Amino acid sequence: MKLLAYVRSLAARFMFRSQTENDLELEFRAHIQYRADDLERSGLNRAEAERRARIEFGGRERFKEESRESLGGNFFDALMRDVRFSLRVLRKSPGFTIIAVLTLALTIGANAVVFGVMNGLILRPPNVPHAESLYGIERSDDDDPVQSYPDYLDLRDRNRSFESLAAYRIAEAGLDTGENPSRVFLFEVSGNYFDALGIQPYHGRFFHASDEHGPNSAPYIVLSYGYWHSHFLDDRSVVGRAVQLNKHPFTIIGVAPPGFHGTLVFAFPDFFLPMMNEEQVEGRNVLNNRGTKWIYLALGHLRAGVTPAQAIADLNSIGSYLQTTYPKEHGKFTYSLSRPALYGDFLGRRVQMFLTGLLLLAGLILLAACANLGNLFAARAADRSRELALRLALGAKRTRILRTLFTEAVLISLAGGLFGLWGSVAVLRGLSVWQPIPRYPIYVPVNSDANVYGVALTLALLSGILFGMVPMRQVLRTDPYQIVKAGSTCTVGRRITVRDLLLVVQIAICAVLVTSSMVAVRGLVRSLHSNLGFDPRNVIIVNTDLSMPGYGGERVPEIQKRILDAMQTIAGVESVGLIDWTPLIGGVYDQSDVFNDQTADLHPSNAAASPFSFRVSVGYFRAAGTALLAGRSFSQHDDHSAPRVAVVNRELATKIFGSEGNALGHFFKLRDGTRVQVVGIVESGKYKGVTDDSAPAMFLPILQSPTLATNLVIRSSRDPREMAAAIRSTLRDLDRGLPSYIETWSKQLDDFALFPSHVAVVSLGVLGVMGALLSVTGIFGMAAYSVSKRLKEFGIRIAVGARPKEVLQAALGRAVTLLAFGSAAGLIFGILATRVLAHIVYQATPRDPVVLAGVVLAMSLLGLIATWIPAQRALSLDPLTLLREE
Amino acid sequence: MSSQAQLLPGTLDLLILKAVSLGPLHGYGVLLRIGQISAGALLIEQGALYPALFRLVRQGLLKASWGTSENNRRAKFYELTVAGRKRLREEVDGWNRLATAIASALAAQPEEI
Repeated sequence: MKLLAYVRSLAARFMFRSQTENDLELEFRAHIQYRADDLERSGLNRAEAERRARIEFGGRERFKEESRESLGGNFFDALMRDVRFSLRVLRKSPGFTIIAVLTLALTIGANAVVFGVMNGLILRPPNVPHAESLYGIERSDDDDPVQSYPDYLDLRDRNRSFESLAAYRIAEAGLDTGENPSRVFLFEVSGNYFDALGIQPYHGRFFHASDEHGPNSAPYIVLSYGYWHSHFLDDRSVVGRAVQLNKHPFTIIGVAPPGFHGTLVFAFPDFFLPMMNEEQVEGRNVLNNRGTKWIYLALGHLRAGVTPAQAIADLNSIGSYLQTTYPKEHGKFTYSLSRPALYGDFLGRRVQMFLTGLLLLAGLILLAACANLGNLFAARAADRSRELALRLALGAKRTRILRTLFTEAVLISLAGGLFGLWGSVAVLRGLSVWQPIPRYPIYVPVNSDANVYGVALTLALLSGILFGMVPMRQVLRTDPYQIVKAGSTCTVGRRITVRDLLLVVQIAICAVLVTSSMVAVRGLVRSLHSNLGFDPRNVIIVNTDLSMPGYGGERVPEIQKRILDAMQTIAGVESVGLIDWTPLIGGVYDQSDVFNDQTADLHPSNAAASPFSFRVSVGYFRAAGTALLAGRSFSQHDDHSAPRVAVVNRELATKIFGSEGNALGHFFKLRDGTRVQVVGIVESGKYKGVTDDSAPAMFLPILQSPTLATNLVIRSSRDPREMAAAIRSTLRDLDRGLPSYIETWSKQLDDFALFPSHVAVVSLGVLGVMGALLSVTGIFGMAAYSVSKRLKEFGIRIAVGARPKEVLQAALGRAVTLLAFGSAAGLIFGILATRVLAHIVYQATPRDPVVLAGVVLAMSLLGLIATWIPAQRALSLDPLTLLREE
Repeated sequence: MSSQAQLLPGTLDLLILKAVSLGPLHGYGVLLRIGQISAGALLIEQGALYPALFRLVRQGLLKASWGTSENNRRAKFYELTVAGRKRLREEVDGWNRLATAIASALAAQPEEI
């Protein structure tokens, strides 16, 4: 009964809202009329009687409000009224609304984008069943989680912790389906790969461990769904088709399910094939070579009930077995486990660190925006103090007033959140189709899922509540009688207010961002000008691979010589060289131990150095612009019938021989015991990454240590595009089946070695600019507000003869002090924060006078921009007009 | 003014129920009836009557209907529902018990202890 009455009343409130309002009004009016009748009867005239009746009735609006509350359903109703009222208020100050919404849209959008990337790369588990128990194996003596094939077999067969241990490696090959051969990007995987991961074929079948019967015994290809879709147009009859891979026959046996693209989150291989057949793909057989670590990652599901710690102990017992049984190939090391999706700790930790840093910065920006908006809101509340006081005096409850202010804040934040989300979805969509390295099918697999929406909207609500809270105290303390009587007062005190603190915090955050983006930019500029050990300007790199057209054996040096000679004849070519893996543009850099000539026991612990080793042709050093410091470079006579020679860099010369002078003409030993004579010394450089210190390296002539990996280094001052066309047609004349990728060295550096720096500079730059904008608006808001509040005071000051300087000091002194405090704090935090950057950007050190000066300059400039208009306003005051008006 | 007593919290509802139990009334009528039966000893802010009335309607203790009063003004008339009558009885009993208890407590003399 009671419930029924309640529901009826609630329904009435909703369905007949205007009627109830009407009823209330009618009933109150009737009451006042009755009372007036009575009063009239007691001798008053009608008008006076009605006036008295109204006074006796009391605060009509207040009672209406209380009545609505008693009628029930008031919460939604009040909310709707608050929303309508807030919209009306906001529409009256479009400038404020637009700035507030834009600020929030930008900051929430930035947060959503960073979170989206983190979500795509780190938080989302790899697309395999039971991803939570999937681990990769790391070695402590290498930051890459690489393994040799025999080591992998030992780990696979001897461990008792993994259900099944799989392995993969990434390679390129030339695929011939009957038309022109095309370059493909593929995963060489262990036979048990799909079974170990628990993946089922979409169509056809997968290969299994039972298909492997020794080298080149399993010529099977499993297409990825994407490649099947784009290159075979979903043709189901493709299963069973014979194709040529690097001129070797392979059979397509199946298609992987959509959504499965291997176990590296950003790589989208065209297909998978057994690593048993790696010789056919890469032109060399290293399956029995324990010293060649070419498996990218060994990974598998832990058995149910096995903890990671137990698995590590298990692996380490295998590790000590390997170290004692094969001392030549193993130094001291231990195993550990890592998440496999981002290539273990090697990439994973860096990416995670960087993204966490970005997320923190983006969060700080959002906080700064909240501080900013909080200030604006507080200033608005102060400006509206008369209105608020009137409402209080008319009987509005303080909670109601707070609620309307909150509604305004939340409305703004929701609008900002929606716009921000919309923008971030667009940015994320752009990111997900972006191919950072055009040569490889590598993508940033981000998309905006429910997580991203949730985060953006939560952030929006939270920030709305946060900055909506700022004017709360102000409203609670409002004394309506004082304000209505005296007008809004302004106390000019030395007291530090919450608003000041907020501004300092905000400026500090901005300074952190400016500092870190400057450090990043500086680092990038420096890495461009650091000594790389070669000169990438005016050089075109042609990446090709002789294994793709099926070259091997004696034919390799012959075709290499023909290619080099043909390149030399192209007009405009200054010099040409060949190297197996071009420094700093990615690839499998061979790093193997070398020994002193006197060392007899070639155990890794006795190694003199572990240099990068490159195989180069005659003319490489000239083409690459690597300076020869002493001795000679290679000649045509350094072939397999001549004594073994090497060119070493300065770093390696000092490492093996103690000094540069001792090296020339002397011998050292390779891992297989071959004695090699040093015939030349070149400058040291960087080979794997720009953030590395200069590392030891040795160069061997291709005629003595042949290689199929063929990267041409062509120096020419002709237009790169013309050159590329000429190179392409010359190569085609030599061998139509030779795939090539032609690009300038500088561009390739941008794509590979400098890629992380570019990402850091762009992302920090965007955040830095946003931070700068926020603090400009923040300081501007504060300065403008304080000037407008104290116009009267300044008018009097000017009238009694204050000089412009004194007026300025009074008007802006506080803002400038706050700016200085905030910048100093931000600079210190920024210096602490940029330690993380040092891992990503070359020589990213904040202890750099240029950076320090730059930050100080930038912050002062921001301060100047922000205080310019308020200062002009304070200075251009005409005391007479002003005093007359007031 | 000093002869009027402030209402105890919660007693307004009881007074309204009592006033309406004597016959259907409109809002102003309720006020007059309370003044009449309490001999003008209680101070009620006029507007404060209405939130209380609506609360009682929502609780299902009163029901309201529009009608015409003796001098031809439209007004909303309130009357007790069955639940309201029951509630009034309970409240009156409760009040009496309380009043008796307080009265006897206040009447206590030193020699009675």
